[in-house]
Amino acid sequence: MHDHISAHSQSLWSKAWTRLKRNRAAMASLTYLVLMVLACSFGPMLAPNSYSELFQSYTRVPASLSAYPRAEQIGPAIEATAARARLDLTGWQLQGDTVVIEVSARRAIDPRAVQYFDRSDLFADTRLQATDDTHATLTAQIERHWFFFGTDATGRDLFARTLIAGRVSLAIGVLAGLVAAVIGVFYGAIAGFAGGRTDQIMMRVVDVLYSLPFIFFVIMLVVFFGRNFLLMFVAVGAVLWLDMARIVRGQTLSLRRQEFVEAAEALGVSPFAILTRHIIPNLLGPVIVFLTLLVPNVIILESFLSYLGFGVQEPMSSWGILIAQGARAMPSANWMLAFPALFLISTLFALNFLGDGLRDALDPKDH
Amino acid sequence: MLRYSLRRLATALPTLLAVITLSFFMMRIAPGGPFDQERALDPVIRANMEAAYHLDLPLWHQYLIYLGNLLRGDLGPSFTMPEFTVAELFAAGLPVSVQLGGWALVLALLIGGGLGIAAALRQNGWIDVAVVAVATAGSTIPTFVVAPVFQLVFGLSLMWLPVGGWQDGAARNMVGPVVCLMLPQLAVVARLMRGSMIEALRAHHIRTARAMGLSGWSVVGRHALRSAMLPVVSYAGPAAAALLTGSVVVETIFSVPGVGRYFVDAALNRDYTVVMGAVVVVAVFTIVFNLIVDLLYAIIDPRVRYA
Amino acid sequence: MSILQDPPLIEVRNLSVHFATPEGDTQAVRDVSFAVHAGETVAIVGESGSGKSQSMMAAMGLLPGNARVTGEIAFKGRNLLTLPRRALRELRGAELAMIFQEPMTSLDPLYRIGDQLIEPIRRHSRLSAHDARARALEMLGLVRLPEPERMMRSYPHELSGGQRQRVMIAMALTNDPALLIADEPTTALDVTIQAEILALMADLQKRLGMGMVFISHDLNMVRHIADRVCVMRAGEVVEHGPVAQIFEAPQHPYTRALIDADPKGHKPPAPTNAPVLLHARDVTVTFGTAPHQVQAVRGLSLDLRAGETVGIVGESGSGKSTFARALLRLNQSEGEIRFDGVPISTLTRAQMRPYRAQMQVVFQDPFGALSPRMTAGQIVTEGLLVHRPDLTRAARDAMAAQALTEVQLNPEFRNRYIHEFSGGQRQRIAIARALILKPRLLVLDEPTSALDRMVQAQVVDLLRDLQARHQLTYLFISHDLAVVRAMADRVMVMKSGELVEEGPCAQVLHAPRAAYTKRLIAAAFDTQAMAPA
Repeated sequence: MHDHISAHSQSLWSKAWTRLKRNRAAMASLTYLVLMVLACSFGPMLAPNSYSELFQSYTRVPASLSAYPRAEQIGPAIEATAARARLDLTGWQLQGDTVVIEVSARRAIDPRAVQYFDRSDLFADTRLQATDDTHATLTAQIERHWFFFGTDATGRDLFARTLIAGRVSLAIGVLAGLVAAVIGVFYGAIAGFAGGRTDQIMMRVVDVLYSLPFIFFVIMLVVFFGRNFLLMFVAVGAVLWLDMARIVRGQTLSLRRQEFVEAAEALGVSPFAILTRHIIPNLLGPVIVFLTLLVPNVIILESFLSYLGFGVQEPMSSWGILIAQGARAMPSANWMLAFPALFLISTLFALNFLGDGLRDALDPKDH
Repeated sequence: MLRYSLRRLATALPTLLAVITLSFFMMRIAPGGPFDQERALDPVIRANMEAAYHLDLPLWHQYLIYLGNLLRGDLGPSFTMPEFTVAELFAAGLPVSVQLGGWALVLALLIGGGLGIAAALRQNGWIDVAVVAVATAGSTIPTFVVAPVFQLVFGLSLMWLPVGGWQDGAARNMVGPVVCLMLPQLAVVARLMRGSMIEALRAHHIRTARAMGLSGWSVVGRHALRSAMLPVVSYAGPAAAALLTGSVVVETIFSVPGVGRYFVDAALNRDYTVVMGAVVVVAVFTIVFNLIVDLLYAIIDPRVRYA
Repeated sequence: MSILQDPPLIEVRNLSVHFATPEGDTQAVRDVSFAVHAGETVAIVGESGSGKSQSMMAAMGLLPGNARVTGEIAFKGRNLLTLPRRALRELRGAELAMIFQEPMTSLDPLYRIGDQLIEPIRRHSRLSAHDARARALEMLGLVRLPEPERMMRSYPHELSGGQRQRVMIAMALTNDPALLIADEPTTALDVTIQAEILALMADLQKRLGMGMVFISHDLNMVRHIADRVCVMRAGEVVEHGPVAQIFEAPQHPYTRALIDADPKGHKPPAPTNAPVLLHARDVTVTFGTAPHQVQAVRGLSLDLRAGETVGIVGESGSGKSTFARALLRLNQSEGEIRFDGVPISTLTRAQMRPYRAQMQVVFQDPFGALSPRMTAGQIVTEGLLVHRPDLTRAARDAMAAQALTEVQLNPEFRNRYIHEFSGGQRQRIAIARALILKPRLLVLDEPTSALDRMVQAQVVDLLRDLQARHQLTYLFISHDLAVVRAMADRVMVMKSGELVEEGPCAQVLHAPRAAYTKRLIAAAFDTQAMAPA
């Protein structure tokens, strides 16, 4: 009578995936997030500069797609370096990537003067050709550096730093999100499944933790555990599990009243098997949706704590730390705020759209 | 109704006690003390100071003393600002935070609520798309990004508003902090309102109202809005408690003398009494606003009163 | 037949309704035409998914946004489908009124009954607040609600389902509509209440002389209320005619099947000397804690012999399902329960497990009783994981195929997820899940109530057939006396947690002693008997 349906049907998961694929905003966000994760994972290795290297000649240089040094920077740099080497500059000229510098000195020129040039971030491979004791010609290669996002106040490449910071922020977001989810799911599922007095006590504990001022709680955790990357996200996860526990408990309570759970009880299925076979699989939908909204919350929280100065230690960084530094450098060096903020906000946007898409896909109400 | 609120209050008081107890012991067990910061104190002076603040007594005894003082309304003296009592610090700072937070809350509820309703009525229309975008932006752009940008644009570039400061609560000085406090809340309220309004408009009794030919205003404003308000009301309680007790970020960036900064500074300096004062203030606000939410809920939804 | 000469009150011409869904366009109504004259009742009858409600929702302009309507609905000479929204709003609730299936949710839970009644009165008339209130009170009296003054001050949650539906009727009739559309107004109500509401509506329709469209899934129910009947199936009108003609000379085989849809036949009697399989003495179930305690079941006893079917009949809230769950040890109870002579009321969960395979249950809701994350095969074999851990995967799969065949489902379907099955198919899967353990006792908790009438009859036939083949003992719970008559040897009638009457099926149904049983039977088998006094 109903033979027109095929022998195999899609599970709810693959149906949800089909629905998600139709949601263009969610799919674009998913693609963006995958690219962001790849960029933050492998980008720091491919970036032109290391995230921790200090370029003293290039503190707070603006973002640029063309290489440093700029033509107008070369002259003052030669003057400054020559002065440092106690040499008098008589003239210089640029020949392609090579700069030829004529210098003189009152006393004999020490060949080690080339080190002053090599030490500068602008020149490399400097050679000295003495014409006589007090005059010499220096030839140096111009060292090209790319700072796509500019540099910070200590001359570190912001491009590399933004990517490595993204690695930290995303890792904390995902790991702390998972910590919160695991604690929350187990706590909530147990409370909801046990019911009665156990449930009441467990939920009263959640109420008390809710009433604790949130910042105080986090600061206490930081004070206890120190500024440790690993413990940082444990602390964040330990704070954020409360919402998850409440959601999961509510879902569990309503699932428990479903007749298919009662049918399983009538079959003699053990409570553990009911929990794992019937309750948890049906909880996964709301949990996944909540998790995609939890991860951005963790990232915001992490950046907030970093902003307050409780984050990871230099030279490591996170988006929150970069944003804090950028905000302080605000009126003059606005690229220091713009790029980390752009990365953070676009990632959060994408996570939000993906979360909305997942909710619509997993819990379709429109039919 | 009175019995209902008394019952809610009765369950709130043990929570308050638990919060105070937990915070007290967490604070005390944490390594470090209020006199560690400065250069090493003479041991005799240190002992004298600890005795003066009862820090030499066993922890449980200190706890009982603290509870006793608290019941009399005495929050104790500050450790790091000895010229002030904790009560004086909060008496000075709390009105500032409450003013800023209050405005932010009211505006977030009105504007966010309005945007949410508009979006729900034109689901998937351009208003809806715009509201969702604004809401997402509001909840993803951190305050510590918004605040400096706000200062830059309105303070430094346009020179419309002061960059910071309080000046006894001049309206011009309040705009920046209020906007920065409001935006994330506005975003959440708009999202919540949109979702619950869409849900409410699908209810069977809305179909009844439309089948009876009631006007659009009555269907939306009288019938759908009333039930759609419920999730927003339950969100507004905790949000109000958080807003009115100040924000570290906003108060620091705009140099406003509220109480939000006490949390971080005092906890880092182990200023035990100030931290506990902040905890008590936040917990009391949370409990009071949850109570208000419960009462509002009962007023809006008659079913709750009899449950 | 003079009314047929007048122009019709409402005339539906070539109406089609499409819904745009992400999966594609679906057509809910195809080219439907019919007319209703003033003072006439037309019944639109069809099973779920036949499009019977959508056609009238289209007339009211209440279809969801993704619907596309073509054709014409002329009401007093104006096409409702092209009317501006404002003009349609003026008509709705005044000339054109509708009542719905869901009495529990159709009233706004946040406003008093009085406010909800007065609002549409003032919307469509110039009555003062005082006069509107008087009108509302008059309407509450008209629908025969007790204490109208108190009703005005009540909130919907303080009223029973039947009372709420009366309020809905009062609200719909308050502005003297020319046409009343009633969308399954009695379906969600208990049988005795159904009969009362039906009688009330028939009476009011005659007194007020309005036209009425009565939408129902139950052809036999409309027999006494309709002048003409429209039978719909899969979005199309298959037959249309005066009520007498439809019942006496149905043209279409589908109409004949609908008329004939009541479960037929009886169960062959069980041997009276068979051993008692399930014995219960003074079973009492209490819910809640001290001050708010409710006794859902009060001191009920039962002796169920092997091969026998006992039907438990009662309306919602009578405690019949609670009693059955207590017998299965799915909820806590006091009193003695013996299964096959063994006292099971004190067994622990682990001790109880071997007996679980012997006493199985099928629930009412074919949608809630099967986990949406499992395939039909996984659902059917779940009990084997507990009771036959020795079986291999292949053996379980073979047994699943066999069990599905037994309930007349294609065994190929076992790898499908249950959202692809219809209600009747789901109920068969639930039966297969219970039968695979080869139980001796099967508790059937309203197994047919959520199904269409024709599917009900098929499930009843299947259950009787399975009982004979496997010597099963049934405890059959239902509010539907027609189904119980076809299934049970003996009947227990319950009300408010207590036993009202008990005896052999034929005796209780044909010569009831208790007044409550008499009312129940009258409501179920003869709606006319409840005509207003």
